[in-house]
Amino acid sequence: MSGFHVLTLLTVLPLAGAAIALWSGKHARGVALITTLSSLALALFVWTQLPANGSIGLVEQAKWAPSLGIEYHLGVDGLGALMLVLSAIVTLMSVDAAHRVHHQPGLYFGLVLALEAGLFGSFTALNFFHWFLFWELCLIPAFFLIKLWGGARRGPAATQFFIYTMAGSAVLLVAFLAVFLSTGSMDFPHLTLLASTGELEQMVTAHLGPQVMLWLAIGVLAGFAVKVPMIPFHTWLPAAYAEAPSPVTMLLTGAMSKMGVYGLLRIAIPLFGAQIAQIRTPLLVLAVATVVMGAWAAAAQKDLKRVFAYLSVNHLGYCLLGIFALAVPVAVGDTGALASQAAALNGVILQMFNHGVTAAALFWFVAMMQQRTGGHRGIDDFGGLRKPAPVLAGLMGIALFSSLGLPGLNGFPGEFLIFRGVFPLAWVAATVSILGLLVTAAVILTVIQKVFWGPVPEHCVGFPDLHHGERLALAPVIGLMFLVGLLPQLIVDSVNPTVQNLLAHWRF
Amino acid sequence: MQETISFTPQLAASPITGILWLIPTVPIVASGVIVLLKQPKRSTAAALAIGSLGFSLLLALVAFAHVVGAWMHGVAARETVNFTWIQVGTAHVDLGWVLDPLSAVMLVMVALVGLLIFIYSIGYMAHDENFTRFFCFMSLFAGAMLGVAIANSLLLLFMCWELVGLTSYLLIGFWYQKPAAAAAAKKAFLTTRVGDIFFLLGIVWLFAQTGTLLFYNNGGGSMEPLALGGLLAQPAALGLTAAGAIGLLIFAGAAGKSGQLPLHVWLPDAMEGPTPVSALIHAATMVAAGVYLIARVYPLMAAGALTGGTTPALTVVTWVGASTAVFAALIAVAQNDIKRILAYSTISQLGYMMAGLGMGGVAVGMFHLITHAFFKALLFLGAGSVIHGCHEEQDVRRMGGLRADMPLTFATYAIGMLALCGFPLLFSGFWSKDGILEAAEHWSMAKGPFYMLVFGALLTAFYMTRQVGYVFFGHNRGSKDAHESPAVMTLPLVVLAFFAMALGLIGTPAWPWFRAFLDGRAAGFDWHGLAEPGLLALMGTSTVVVFLGLGLGWRLYGDRSPKPKEPDVLEAAAPLPWGWLRDRLYVDELYGVTVIAFYGWWARVADWLDRRVWGGAVSGVAWAFGLWAQLNRFLDNNVVDGSFDKGCDELASGGGLLARVQTGRVQTYLRLLALAVLALALMLIWSSRA
Repeated sequence: MSGFHVLTLLTVLPLAGAAIALWSGKHARGVALITTLSSLALALFVWTQLPANGSIGLVEQAKWAPSLGIEYHLGVDGLGALMLVLSAIVTLMSVDAAHRVHHQPGLYFGLVLALEAGLFGSFTALNFFHWFLFWELCLIPAFFLIKLWGGARRGPAATQFFIYTMAGSAVLLVAFLAVFLSTGSMDFPHLTLLASTGELEQMVTAHLGPQVMLWLAIGVLAGFAVKVPMIPFHTWLPAAYAEAPSPVTMLLTGAMSKMGVYGLLRIAIPLFGAQIAQIRTPLLVLAVATVVMGAWAAAAQKDLKRVFAYLSVNHLGYCLLGIFALAVPVAVGDTGALASQAAALNGVILQMFNHGVTAAALFWFVAMMQQRTGGHRGIDDFGGLRKPAPVLAGLMGIALFSSLGLPGLNGFPGEFLIFRGVFPLAWVAATVSILGLLVTAAVILTVIQKVFWGPVPEHCVGFPDLHHGERLALAPVIGLMFLVGLLPQLIVDSVNPTVQNLLAHWRF
Repeated sequence: MQETISFTPQLAASPITGILWLIPTVPIVASGVIVLLKQPKRSTAAALAIGSLGFSLLLALVAFAHVVGAWMHGVAARETVNFTWIQVGTAHVDLGWVLDPLSAVMLVMVALVGLLIFIYSIGYMAHDENFTRFFCFMSLFAGAMLGVAIANSLLLLFMCWELVGLTSYLLIGFWYQKPAAAAAAKKAFLTTRVGDIFFLLGIVWLFAQTGTLLFYNNGGGSMEPLALGGLLAQPAALGLTAAGAIGLLIFAGAAGKSGQLPLHVWLPDAMEGPTPVSALIHAATMVAAGVYLIARVYPLMAAGALTGGTTPALTVVTWVGASTAVFAALIAVAQNDIKRILAYSTISQLGYMMAGLGMGGVAVGMFHLITHAFFKALLFLGAGSVIHGCHEEQDVRRMGGLRADMPLTFATYAIGMLALCGFPLLFSGFWSKDGILEAAEHWSMAKGPFYMLVFGALLTAFYMTRQVGYVFFGHNRGSKDAHESPAVMTLPLVVLAFFAMALGLIGTPAWPWFRAFLDGRAAGFDWHGLAEPGLLALMGTSTVVVFLGLGLGWRLYGDRSPKPKEPDVLEAAAPLPWGWLRDRLYVDELYGVTVIAFYGWWARVADWLDRRVWGGAVSGVAWAFGLWAQLNRFLDNNVVDGSFDKGCDELASGGGLLARVQTGRVQTYLRLLALAVLALALMLIWSSRA
């Protein structure tokens, strides 16, 4: 692949699309559709080009500012490539869902595409400098999308979102400057190697003193914990998800939340594995709290978007649970523990993908319901919708049961593998979090009962069902839920080698 | 996906095992096709559902014949096909299916009873506007249930199990516009899910311990001695081995599905669904899936038991089953809804099956499962026929005298009722129930379950006589123009009635075919099996008990016609205990003030923590920053010299040039950003050349 910078192309493509969209006014959605479709094709192409042994492939490397440790270094493995595909799918869904942007469509779709570029950039970067650039680049379009097109209380929500994540970024930046000061490198693979031999800790201790490494780990964790989010760093989320226009919420939950989990897997665990293992118990407590309290908080919400926002917190909590549970030193030759780690990590990555698709779909359905009722989205605003809108009810029902973790749909394999991996490594955490599955089910069935079942109130009698175009747009997404649910190996095939490769390089 | 096909050494590869997967798949595909049909094509939907299930029945019969053939040649037939579903690390998650006596028996029962109920539904649902959707869900259910039957992997079984739960949910809520139906569906799904989360824990534990979830895999399966030995050697908490703890977790799942105490509360409410659904799902098949599950994992449940002894897991199964049997039978005495009486009866009978498994083994529990499936499906379909004939009336007090109006329904219902009561010799229920009582009598741990089950038998005969007396005898107190149902509904009744009697023949002590078949032993015919003194005494006892129940019931409820407002005879005699039983011993209320209340309260706590504590902390920080800024401004304005401001003005005018660039328009910013990125990229390309 030398000479063909496919990863750079992947990132530049939506940027170019964004530039065109900015100037194309009413036709911006068309531009965005073409751009996201070609991005998806390119991302799928990247996904097929992975090295079979799970290592990082499609590498592009160029000197940039060597004295500062800054290097243009791109590459993807099974994890990165899957996130590229997910980002491309979710952005396409989001553009598809944004039917009626009357106010400055050029700017809107330009920002969405810039966000996609940020996602691609951060999922392919292997050097802290431009990884951080893209990480921030995502934040700016997201802020403006909430601020300019959001709901009634968009102002405070956008500001809270921005300040929260900025604070997280600042901590990350400081931590990485410390790492750079000690090692002179910002290169992820290089730092991972240093960490796996224990040199990284020695260097940091030598330069900055003892215990600093632990504080750096906490700082990096906090940065990612905001993004995922992990309780108690999550309070920006319900407001931001609820106030953002639903297509933007799809991006926030479907793709951007994965940046946090990805950061944990690409940066926090490889560099600070030993420190994370040290504070594993409190981290597990927070992960369990995220799972259980997230689900329970969803039960108290009346706004569908807030319900799904908290369900997102709950579902990403399973990812945190898997990651922290596997952060434990394993004796050489302990195949049982290794198998559990591999199961948990495969489950986490599957869960990232599946949550992205399912949560984005759920917010898409909310967008459709809002369109039909002039913005209504309260649980109690509807009733008996199965009668006037059977297709909407049926398809959204599938998405809801996917979120519930019904076997046969995509939510199940990831959650099953996570529990399979976590139970032997941290059985108390697994046992308590399994409560989350019960509470989630209660929340989802309550939504179905109140929105779709029961008698039809007068104002819902003429509720229009999905029209042909919407059914056509949704069909591939629903199909994907079945496909991954029935044949998860399609994804695991490319993820599992990476999992083994990652685990081989991590040191706890 | 790589496929490894493995067979037990005794048996050559058989084509029927290879295509066993078609049995569940064909109905599932049919249901998918029905979804895509347009609403009016009713006949196509029914034909698809019935045709596909008929095909499954045919295959099931072939499979059954194959297993019987092998068994007659003295071969313990167990053929499996396994394949890898997910590869994780160097391990893999395998799925597969198995053909052995247990799965063959279950397949035939589910497909046969299912098919009869499908045919009956053509008549029962004829006037429903969602006829096609009904057959879509029923077909999906049948497929999933057949999947439970053939699964050779605890994971595949769990997946089908959950799918069965989904269809049960959809069918209980079939008339979704009724709030009661919507609530009942949700309650059913959630109550069974309480059991399922324990079940899931059991699955992951078993997987972690044994490295496989396959039941049988040429010695490498989790139900085979190697894995069981490992589980027995592994201590868990409370003096249990890992085998015992995992067995109990799996039993929690079974208890949820099979309506055992304390998770029985959903089943009576599930009667909100159409009656064919109650017959198929909530009487004959799905609720028996829990019993089937325990039979399937019996090697695990019984692991470590000495000869004649028991294990902690099986002891729990026994006591829970026996308590459920009596508890539900008591409540059934005081119910007035024709379907609810049968629902509590089902719970009670499921308790018998569990107790039978716990004390007598697989064959004892499974025999009652099979006979019960036929006679209880018969009773439910008969009740449906009654409800149909009485224009949707369900209260037995407003029926009466129907034996004249609905002779065929009455005759078949009477057969079902006698089978359920365990009327001696002629009816299948007698033999299967006696098998359980016999096992209970010989149980080494305690005699309690035996007395409980005998008492339960008395109650069963009593409440069924009460029901039949109310419905079919006396004079009609409700709808005057009750009518017999069409042939499409009565024909399945006749077929089921035949089986309700005939099935007893394969499980008598004289010819214990069923038991020998499941245990893989030869079955001989021997009249003396009936004449063993101990057995005769037992049969005598149970006969006396049944006649006592029938006689008491007949004396109190037979052929009399209470006035509409008149209290029940027993209610008049003992109003207080009657009230307790009528109100289902307040279990729902107890859950309402404990579990449900906690759920709501804790949700509010979670929300409050979010808004006030975590959110409050953030607001507090923001507020502190704000205060600091205000303080600075105050200092600036009042303390810092005013001349400083003058200097600032000069600076500001210089900044005007820059300010022109900062137009405050996001577009401009973004264009600049794009240009900057372009410049960066160019610089990069240029520098990489150098």
